Amino acid sequence: MTEFASLFHGFAVVLTPFNLMLMMVGIVLGVLIGVLPGLGGANGVAILLPLTFSMPPTSAIILLSCIYWGALFGGAITSVLFNIPGEPWSVATTFDGYPMAQQGRAGEALTAAFTSSFIGAFFAVLMITFLAPLVARFALQFGPPEFFSVYLLTFCSFVGMGKGSPMKILASMMLGFALAAVGMDTVTGQLRLTFGLPDLMRGFDFLIAVIGLFGIGEILLSMEEGLKFSGSSARINTRIVLETWKKLPKYWMTSIRSTLIGCWMGITPGGATPASFMSYGMAKKMSPRGANFGKGEIEGVVAPETAAHAAGTSALLPMLALGIPGSPTAAVLLGGLLIWGLQPGPLLFVEKPDFVWGLIASMYLGNVAGLIIVLTSVPLFASILRVPFAIIAPIIIAICAIGAYTVHSAMLDIWFMLGFGVVGYVFKKLDYPLAPLVLAVVLGDRAEDSFRQSMLLSQGDLTILWSNWLVGSITTLALLLLAWPFIGRGLQMVKAVALRAESRASTTHDQRG
Amino acid sequence: MNTDTADEQDESGIATWIVEVFVALCLFVLGAVVAYNSWKLGAGWRDDGPGAGYFPFYIGLLICTASAIVGVRGMRSGSRVDKVFVTHSQLRLVLTVLLPSLAFVAAVQVVGIYVGSLLFIAGFMVWVGKYHWAKSVAIAFAVMAIAFLMFEVWFKVPLFKGALDPLRFLGY
Repeated sequence: MTEFASLFHGFAVVLTPFNLMLMMVGIVLGVLIGVLPGLGGANGVAILLPLTFSMPPTSAIILLSCIYWGALFGGAITSVLFNIPGEPWSVATTFDGYPMAQQGRAGEALTAAFTSSFIGAFFAVLMITFLAPLVARFALQFGPPEFFSVYLLTFCSFVGMGKGSPMKILASMMLGFALAAVGMDTVTGQLRLTFGLPDLMRGFDFLIAVIGLFGIGEILLSMEEGLKFSGSSARINTRIVLETWKKLPKYWMTSIRSTLIGCWMGITPGGATPASFMSYGMAKKMSPRGANFGKGEIEGVVAPETAAHAAGTSALLPMLALGIPGSPTAAVLLGGLLIWGLQPGPLLFVEKPDFVWGLIASMYLGNVAGLIIVLTSVPLFASILRVPFAIIAPIIIAICAIGAYTVHSAMLDIWFMLGFGVVGYVFKKLDYPLAPLVLAVVLGDRAEDSFRQSMLLSQGDLTILWSNWLVGSITTLALLLLAWPFIGRGLQMVKAVALRAESRASTTHDQRG
Repeated sequence: MNTDTADEQDESGIATWIVEVFVALCLFVLGAVVAYNSWKLGAGWRDDGPGAGYFPFYIGLLICTASAIVGVRGMRSGSRVDKVFVTHSQLRLVLTVLLPSLAFVAAVQVVGIYVGSLLFIAGFMVWVGKYHWAKSVAIAFAVMAIAFLMFEVWFKVPLFKGALDPLRFLGY
C-alpha cells in the first residue's frame, strides 16, 4: 500500500493556496475553452503552455491538466444546450442531451452529464493510482527494442482500431513522422529535410501543428457550417441536481460498462471520441429502453459522457508510466514535461515522485472542483455562446497566433500555423484522422531513436524485435493490430462464404426433407 | 425562378474526388521528396550504424504507397460518386475567414502582434459582422489589453511588437 502513502504525500504537495488557485483558474479556463468553437483541450493547452515556462513543474502541470478536465466538462454544455458539440467526444452526447433540453429537461441532462463525467474520471484516476506505478516499475526493465515495440503498438493500434480508411490513417501518421524528422538529426548531427532553410533547422514544433490543425482548422469548419447559435436556457438548482442524482444509480450497469470501455480506449490510443460512440452504441443495444434512445433518454447521456471522461483521463496513464501519450492532449502535456526539463518515462516515478503524485492527487481534487464549478456556473458559460461568431472568430484566431508565436518567439511559426490550419480543414473533410499525425510528430524522434538503438544493438537484424517473450509478444500484437483491417475483411468474407454454404446446405436439406 | 438558381448555386461546388486525388498527389510528391532526400543523406548502413536517412527513407516510401492507394481509389470511385467537397457558398464563407487571416498573418510580421490583432479583430467585426466601428475598436482594444496584461505583465512572455512598437512608453 505504498501507493496510499505516496498519494497522501501528493495531496500535501497540491494543497497549497497557490496550487489550489491554479486549479480553479485551470478549470474555469478549461470549461471556457471547451465551450468556445475552435478552442479545444489539445490546442487550448498548447496555447497556454508557454505561459508556464517560468512556473515550478508541479504547479504548471496542475494548471494544464485542470484545463484539460475543464474542457472535458465544457464539451457537454454546448452539446446539451445548443446541439453543437464543443469537442469531438461530446458528439454522442448531443443525441439524447439536446432532445432532453428541448423538452425542458436541460438541467437534468446537464446534471447527468457532469455527474457521469465525474464518475468516469474518478474511476480512471483510481486505476491510474494503482496501475501506473506497477506499469512504470515493470517498464524500468525496458531496453530500446521494448520501447520501440511499444511505440509500434501505439501506432499500429491507430490503424487496427481506427474507423476510417487504414491507408488514410497510415498516410496521416507517416506525414507526422516525416514532419518530426525535419531538422537536426539527434544521432549524427546532420541536417535533414531542411532544404537549406535555416528556419527549418529547429524542425516543426508539434505545438504549432496542434494549434493550427485543431484551432484554425476548426474555425474554418465552423464557419463553413454558417454557425447559428440558438440554444435553450439552462436552469440548474439544487432540487434538479438532487432529483437527477436519485435517478442515476439505476444506470449503474451502464456506468460500469462505459467506464471500462473508456479506460481501455484511453490507455490504448483509441481516444475519447470513439469511446463515447462505442459506449453509446452498447448502451443503446443493451438497455431495455434502447428504442427510446435519441428521443431524450437520460441513459443516452450517461453512457457517452462516462466513457469520454474515463478515456480522456486514462490517456494520461501511458503518458506518465511509459512516456507515450494516449491522446493529442496527453501528447501536449508530455511536450510540457520536456520543456520543464523532466524526462518522461518510467523513471519519472522514481526521480520525481513529487511531480507524479502531485499530478495524480490534483486529478482527484480537480475533478471534484470541476464538478462543483460546472454545476454552479452553467448559465454563465452558456451566455458566452450567445456572443456572435463574427466577434468570437477573429479573437480566437488572434489567440491562436499569439500561442503559436510564444512557443519559440518565431514569427515564421504563425505562417506554419495558418498552413496547418488549412491542412487540418482539408484533412478533416476527407476523413484523414488528425490524432495519429499529432502523436507521430510528438513521438517521431523518440520512436526513431529507440529503433536506431535497437538496430545498433543487433547490427541491423530485425529479429531483435522478437528476441525475448516480452518484446516478441508486443511486436506480434502490434503487427496483428496493423493487419486487423485486412483480417477483419477476410473474416467477413469467410463468414459470407460459410453463410452461403450453410443456406445452400439447409435448402438442400429442406428439399430432401 | 430566383430561388431555383440560388438552390442550384448552393448544390454545385468542388467534387470530393478531385480534392481527394489532389491531396493524395500532394502527399505522394511529398513522400517522394522525403525519400529522395533521405536517400541522399544516407539511407543505408554506415560503419557506425544506420545513417541519418535510414528511418525517414522508409517513412517517405510509406507515404508514397499509402497516398498512391488512396489516390487510385479516389480516381476509380471518381465521377461515379459525385459528392461535393465544398459548395460555392460554403467556400465563400470559409474564404471570408481565411483571406482576412492571411492578411492578418502578413500584417503581424510588420506591425507586430498587438497592432495587427487589434486591426484584425476590429476590421473583421466591421466587415463581416457589420458592427459599428466604435464598438468594434472598443472590443478589440479590450481583448488586446487583457492579452497584454496576461503575457507581458503577469507571465513575462514578451510578444513581437513590430516596427511601430506603440507600447514603448509603458516600458515593455
